[in-house]
This record gives sequence, C-alpha cells and structure tokens, in this order.
Amino acid sequence: MASIEGGGDSGGHKKGPGVKKAKKLSTRVDMTPMVDLGFLLITFFIFTTTMSTPKTMDLYMPKDTNKDEEQNKAKESGSLTLLLGKNNVIYYYEGILKEDASNFLTTNFKDIRKLIIDKKKEVKRIHQHDSKCPDIWAKNGGDKNSCLDVDLVIVIKPDDEATFKNTVDILDEMTINEVKRFAMVDLFEVEKQLIKRTEGN
Amino acid sequence: MPSVKIPRKSTDTDMTPFVDVAFLILTFFIMATKFKAPEPVEIKTPNSVSTKDLPNSDALMVLFDSTGRVFFSVLADKNPMEKYNVIKNLNTSQNLGLTDNEMKNFTKMPAIGVPFSKLKQMLAIPAEAQKDVRQPGIPVDTLGGELYYWIRDAIGTFTGKQLKYLVKGDNDAKYPNFKLVLGAFKRNDIYKFNLITSQEDAPLGTDLYNTRQKEKAK
Repeated sequence: MASIEGGGDSGGHKKGPGVKKAKKLSTRVDMTPMVDLGFLLITFFIFTTTMSTPKTMDLYMPKDTNKDEEQNKAKESGSLTLLLGKNNVIYYYEGILKEDASNFLTTNFKDIRKLIIDKKKEVKRIHQHDSKCPDIWAKNGGDKNSCLDVDLVIVIKPDDEATFKNTVDILDEMTINEVKRFAMVDLFEVEKQLIKRTEGN
Repeated sequence: MPSVKIPRKSTDTDMTPFVDVAFLILTFFIMATKFKAPEPVEIKTPNSVSTKDLPNSDALMVLFDSTGRVFFSVLADKNPMEKYNVIKNLNTSQNLGLTDNEMKNFTKMPAIGVPFSKLKQMLAIPAEAQKDVRQPGIPVDTLGGELYYWIRDAIGTFTGKQLKYLVKGDNDAKYPNFKLVLGAFKRNDIYKFNLITSQEDAPLGTDLYNTRQKEKAK
C-alpha cells in the first residue's frame, strides 16, 4: 500500500546511519525588553494625552446701537432678567423691575434651570397667536408649536464680580433649555444698587 | 523505596496575549495624542454642552487668564506663512522695528502676551526659552487697547478668508475682562465668536436632551 507522505518523523523516510540529526534551535525569543519598552511608551503617551478635546460654543453679540427703533422690544409677560453676582449667586426678576423691588429675587446655578423651564412653560401656556407667528410656522415646516415660546426673552446681565464660568454657564443654560431669544447686556444703575444692598444683608 | 517524583511545572507563562493587549493600548494612545505647543498660561475652560470642534487653521484666538492677562494667538496650522504675515503687517503699522529673525521667531510662539513696547525684547528671546518668561499680557481698555490693533492687522492678512474668532477664558476670570476682549472684537466689527469650552453632556430631561434624542432616532 502506498503510504501518504506526512510531515515530521512519523512515517517519514528513514535516515541513514551516518546522517546526524540537526539540532533544533528554540524559536523562542526573550520578549522582556520589548515589553518593557512597550510599557514605557504606554506610560509616556498616557501622560501626554489630553482626553477631553476642546469644543467651541457660538456666541453672537448684537451691534451696539443707541437708536430706539433698532432695539427689540420684549413683551413684559415673557421676559426674565438674570443678574449674575459674585460667589455664583443669581438675582432675577420677571417682567419689569418693580419700584419697591419686591420681585427682585435670589437664586443659584443649581435652581436656575428649573426657573427657566417653569418660565418657558408659563410663556407657552399664556401664548396667543399673533402677527409674528405665521413667519415662524413657515420656517419650521408648519409646526404650530414652534411659535409658542416666541415671547420668551431672557436678559443676562453679568455684573463686575461675575466670573467667566458663570457667564458661559448661563449661556449654556440657554442652549440646554432651547431659549431662542436671549441677550447679554449691561446692568442698570438701579440693579447695581439692589445687588449691593442684597449682598450687604 | 522509590521516591515519588512530583512533575515540575514551568514557571514561564505565555505572555503573548498580554503583550498583544499592551501594544493595542499603545497604538491607541499614539493615535489619540495630538502634540501641541504649550500655551504660555494655563487656562481651565468652563464646560458647555456644545459639540462643535475647534478649528486649527484660519482662526484668531484671544486667551485671558484668571488674573486678566490677555494673550493673542493666530492659528494657522495649514499655512504657517500666514502667521509670519500677521506680524509683518503689525510691524509695519505700528513701527515696531522688528528684524526678520524676530518675526520668524513669532511664528514659533503659541501665543503672545506682551505690550508693543516689549514685543521686540520678547521676540529676541529664542522660542525655547520664552516659556520661562512671564508675559504681562496685551493691554486692553474699553476702546480695545493694543488688542484692537492685533486683531485689525491679523484680519488684514487673512482678507478673503472666512476667519473664526475664538475666545478662551479661564473659569475664574472676571466678566469685565471678557467684556473688554469682546469690545476689542466689536470695534473691528466682529460680532460672532466661538468660546472655547470643554464638553459635557446635555442634562437628562431637558429640552436640548430631548431634541438630541429625537435627532439620534432619525
């Protein structure tokens, strides 16, 4: 019977008596130095890598204008003014600041989101379709809900003690809560006095 | 009595999978690392939910740290000559009297924060040694100060290109500093900015969160 030639010694051809078996060298290489180097590089790259890639946030500022007709008028019912004070405190009032400052209230960055959400809900609830709405519907593909918060305007007034983080945080809240109309402006003298007085207490 | 032989086991373990994983991690970190010249100041940026990436070309960046020092930087990774042109422009308009070598030195700097009067002195220092020098910041006032000229001359260099204006501020910087920087831009008729922030996720249950979920589902 013809044998199938297999690899290796089994069933292979027999070597003659004079032929010496070649000494098999181990194919194993000592990998330790390579591994050492590998880990050294890993450590180096871990330390040099900054994981959080910076992102950018858009900010559009209005042109400075003194002309009254160019300034947008906000409905009193839909406006919320946020004043950023020192030590991460936010002062706020809805609509127009009352003479006796009874609607001048204090809050902080934790509670501000709920305040904005509530304000938005309230604005949506009392909303009545007016002349501004058809344009907005057209832009949003006829979605009648798109016009509900058109009257919501948030005015942000950081005072001199507010930090850059505060400013960005509050702008971020606008994005988070999808407030479409907001403005960053300077404080009135009355407001400055009120903040001082509240801080004094 | 013949002693019972305990078969000796080799203490060698097969390290191959271990090494495989190690090199996989190594590859990942090599890929993820982006080398960037360190800025002269350490700035901790605030977080925001925005997801837009940072441009690395055709952009001007103004940095301000917690003490109110203002730095200016031109991002021109694609074409470093533009950076050279910016300083050349400024040199002509402000009569700074910089030599060609000093202007070339500027292209190697990640950001500059010295008044015009000290610019020549600063640029005479080799780029490697500059990081040890404390820069006082570019003077800015309500009319824009020297920052206004930096921005103006930089825009002049990039005519015909859509420039991005980046503002990088420190968490603890006070708002008036930010306002002054914006003022310098505004005087150049620039009203669109990109604030540099670190990323964070939209908080659960907010309107933005819902919108993003809807977009994902599409």
